[in-house]
Amino acid sequence: MAESRQTYQQIQSRLNNGETTSEKLALQYIEKINKSDLNAFITVLDERALDKAREVDRKIQSGSAGPLAGMVVAVKDIFSMNKVRTTCGSKILSSYIAPYDAHVVSLLEKADAVIVGKTNMDEFGMGSSTENSAYGSVKNPHDPDRIPGGSSGGSAAAVAADLAMTALGSDTGGSVRQPAALCGIAGLRPTYGRISRYGLIAFASSLDTVGLFSQFVSDCADLLQVLAGEDGNDSTSSPVAVPDYHENIEQGIKGLRVGVPEEYFRGGLDSSIRESVQNVLQAMEKEGAVLQPIKLPMTDYGIATYYLICTAEASSNLARYDAVKYGFRASDIQDLDQMYLDSRHDGFGDEVKRRIMLGTYVLSAGYYDAYYIKAQKCRTLIQQDFKKAFEDCDVIIGPTTPTTAFKLGEKVDDPMSMYLSDIYTVTAPLAGLPAISIPIGKDDSNLPIGIQITSDAFQEDLLFRVANWIETSNP
Amino acid sequence: MKFEPVIGLEVHAQLATNSKIFCGCSTQFGAEPNTQTCPVCLGLPGVLPVLNEKVVEYAVRMGLAVNCEIREKSILARKNYFYPDLPKGYQISQYEEPICEHGRVDIQLENGEMKRIRLTRIHIEEDAGKSIHDEAFVGKNESLVDVNRCGTPLIEIVSEPDMHSPQEAYQYLTKIRQMVRWLGICDGNMEEGSLRCDANISLRPEGTTGLGVKTELKNMNTFRGVEKALAYEIERQNEVLQSGGEIVQQTLLWDEAAETAHSMRSKEEAHDYRYFPDPDLLPVIVEKEWKQSIADSLPELPDVRRTRWLSNYDIPVYDVDLLNSDKGLSDYTDKLFGVVNDSKTAANWVMGDVLRFINDQKIEIHDCKATPDDLAKIIQLVEKDLISRSSGKKVFEEVAHHGLDPKKAVEKLGLAQVSDSGALDQYIEDVIQNHSDEVEKYLSGKDKVFGFLMGQVMQASKGKANPGMVNQLLRKRLEELKS
Repeated sequence: MAESRQTYQQIQSRLNNGETTSEKLALQYIEKINKSDLNAFITVLDERALDKAREVDRKIQSGSAGPLAGMVVAVKDIFSMNKVRTTCGSKILSSYIAPYDAHVVSLLEKADAVIVGKTNMDEFGMGSSTENSAYGSVKNPHDPDRIPGGSSGGSAAAVAADLAMTALGSDTGGSVRQPAALCGIAGLRPTYGRISRYGLIAFASSLDTVGLFSQFVSDCADLLQVLAGEDGNDSTSSPVAVPDYHENIEQGIKGLRVGVPEEYFRGGLDSSIRESVQNVLQAMEKEGAVLQPIKLPMTDYGIATYYLICTAEASSNLARYDAVKYGFRASDIQDLDQMYLDSRHDGFGDEVKRRIMLGTYVLSAGYYDAYYIKAQKCRTLIQQDFKKAFEDCDVIIGPTTPTTAFKLGEKVDDPMSMYLSDIYTVTAPLAGLPAISIPIGKDDSNLPIGIQITSDAFQEDLLFRVANWIETSNP
Repeated sequence: MKFEPVIGLEVHAQLATNSKIFCGCSTQFGAEPNTQTCPVCLGLPGVLPVLNEKVVEYAVRMGLAVNCEIREKSILARKNYFYPDLPKGYQISQYEEPICEHGRVDIQLENGEMKRIRLTRIHIEEDAGKSIHDEAFVGKNESLVDVNRCGTPLIEIVSEPDMHSPQEAYQYLTKIRQMVRWLGICDGNMEEGSLRCDANISLRPEGTTGLGVKTELKNMNTFRGVEKALAYEIERQNEVLQSGGEIVQQTLLWDEAAETAHSMRSKEEAHDYRYFPDPDLLPVIVEKEWKQSIADSLPELPDVRRTRWLSNYDIPVYDVDLLNSDKGLSDYTDKLFGVVNDSKTAANWVMGDVLRFINDQKIEIHDCKATPDDLAKIIQLVEKDLISRSSGKKVFEEVAHHGLDPKKAVEKLGLAQVSDSGALDQYIEDVIQNHSDEVEKYLSGKDKVFGFLMGQVMQASKGKANPGMVNQLLRKRLEELKS
């Protein structure tokens, strides 16, 4: 799949040379989407995309096209898009047409990207397999019997199957990096606050970030260049200056200090993934990077801490789906309580209800200190773990996931096992740090393996540099 | 056994900002339902709140004015509960770390003594919308929601249980209203809901210091309503306790029309609001410099001005409190006091002519075109006998309406007093000629007739004669006739 593909920069020069047009490209992608049976999209925006593509062609002609002109982008259905149905993978929003654009959607359109559709996802971002969607499961393009990962499984599958050049996802505990790893593409979770969350439907506000998918690391840098920056509509967006993400991307890894956490290579990790990651590390050392064994002792508390905080926030964030003003409302309502109960009972899926109940419990009088406050303390300790680690290294490298893509239905009835597939991805969000997963080959079943690179806050340029080296040297 | 009531109040004041607390929508009262909304205050999926800095400034103003400690870092928290007029399913408020704590205000008791009421805290929060259940508007088993008010900024001012009678609660509430108006942060209009009051009340045996089981009173929409509801609830609790019963902790809704209260929910049904810090908002930071600049911008506060007036001017307490009840009126009077010799006379002018004028015209004091300087000039004209007191009133009204210089108003109205003795002598001579009978009576010792003759002279001058001079000259002339 990847072999025949071109980076966006290559496509951009073909567009500028007149070798192709944005409209032709958009049409090709729409045709592929319509032929695909991955169920990666909830809504295909064919007409809208073609209108935009024609507009982009005019702009290219007149030399006024934006930096992402003609880039065909899929957008996770968690992002609000004006006049477009925005479901968040949930039945409760099955009839919701958003009246405003998410900040990232506005930026994409302004940069002249062509948004081709809204992708399938685990309901409200809750899941690691995209099986928790009210719109059906998504298939992994590498094996249709397997899950693509989640919660941004539709976006990951779309990019992996070349149904879009790039895609937006969202990453709360790994929802971009894990599906990127399982689908064999690049997936970036930027620093918390690097990209505005305005219009990203909240699951867990202190952890949610906009995430990016691409086949190539440089495309990811192109996207981040457009999307990063402070936004007056998001108080938690950061004023830290946005660097040029291409400036140092080819600089290589000589002298780079690479932290290798011992906790990331213990039991539970597939041996094929362990070997692949270690191969990459050895190649890096050979290239002149310095491997630094480090400890992240709080890793074991990551999953517990993450699930206490994210469910607490989710229980509050999802209270607005009350059937009063928009969205699904149960029929045969006699009174207010019944309207709430029936609508939420029928409108939410099992995993969402499970997390709302867990979160409500976590925040309840008498349990708040024991769970929520304790989890916040653990979160601080996890942050300190990373802070200490980054005194000795520039990046931390390990596997993205403990296993490659599992079978559809395999873990859907075993939430604990599903939660554990996030073990390597939940700690960076708790510390607010950026991390990228890129593909490093395949296991015996021909399933993609991902490697995760984590850096200190606002060092996405460093992540791109390392990821680009791994991608191009292909160790 | 005799019981003593223990009362604490929670006052919600809508802040007079132009826009809402977390979005740019207008806060104007009385607009068509659901017209002052946007995705943010509607709580649509994906939106985020951005705190209006003016709200923080207003809360700090109030906090400083009532002697609170201001937290350098305070936290906005979510209060979670379901209700149709609460679009997000939670209200953004403050819980564990409110912006202001440990304040106090002094209220005046009926016997004139001052009493200190401690304030527990003042915090900022957003208002909810309004649910309309009135069957005039909606069908049976239906309700409508107006979300215009959603996101209107509020401060909640929580007192310690320091009040012991409905009258004290009334005075406290009056004081809070005076303060928020004085600071210009809230219009204090209870009928429109921009000031709202809930009360916690319990009884305890007189002479003891513990606290009994309390009830919470809600839905009191007027100042007198608060007083009446508290009196009602004290009486009810007293009856329960006197007959050996126990008070049930509950929330009661006051019915103003029926003058009774109904139970809304008991302790068992009480909400668990599951407060937690709102992850969408950063901590509210009030840096020392900002706090200081807000403190520096505070006006002279009513208590301070009251003390100053009482010590600098010879005015009765009643007058001081009346003139000090509203900041506009008080500022006007204070400026006037600065430019007149006789503050009591000046106070009388304000309480009489000025208040009558603004009440008749239904305007605010700052819309009155007669400035304190103008009024001082008018007072001076009267003092110097250049116009009569009754002419002064006409001159004031003329100036207040049209804003011209008082002297020009005197000319325009032709009210300049005649003090020229030659002109006055002529009036006097005419009167003596035309009223010889009365002059005879006077000369024969009937002193009372003087008033009549005096009136005739004034009438002849069409009221313009300087009465003091007329008095002098007329007496002198009559004495001459006597001898």
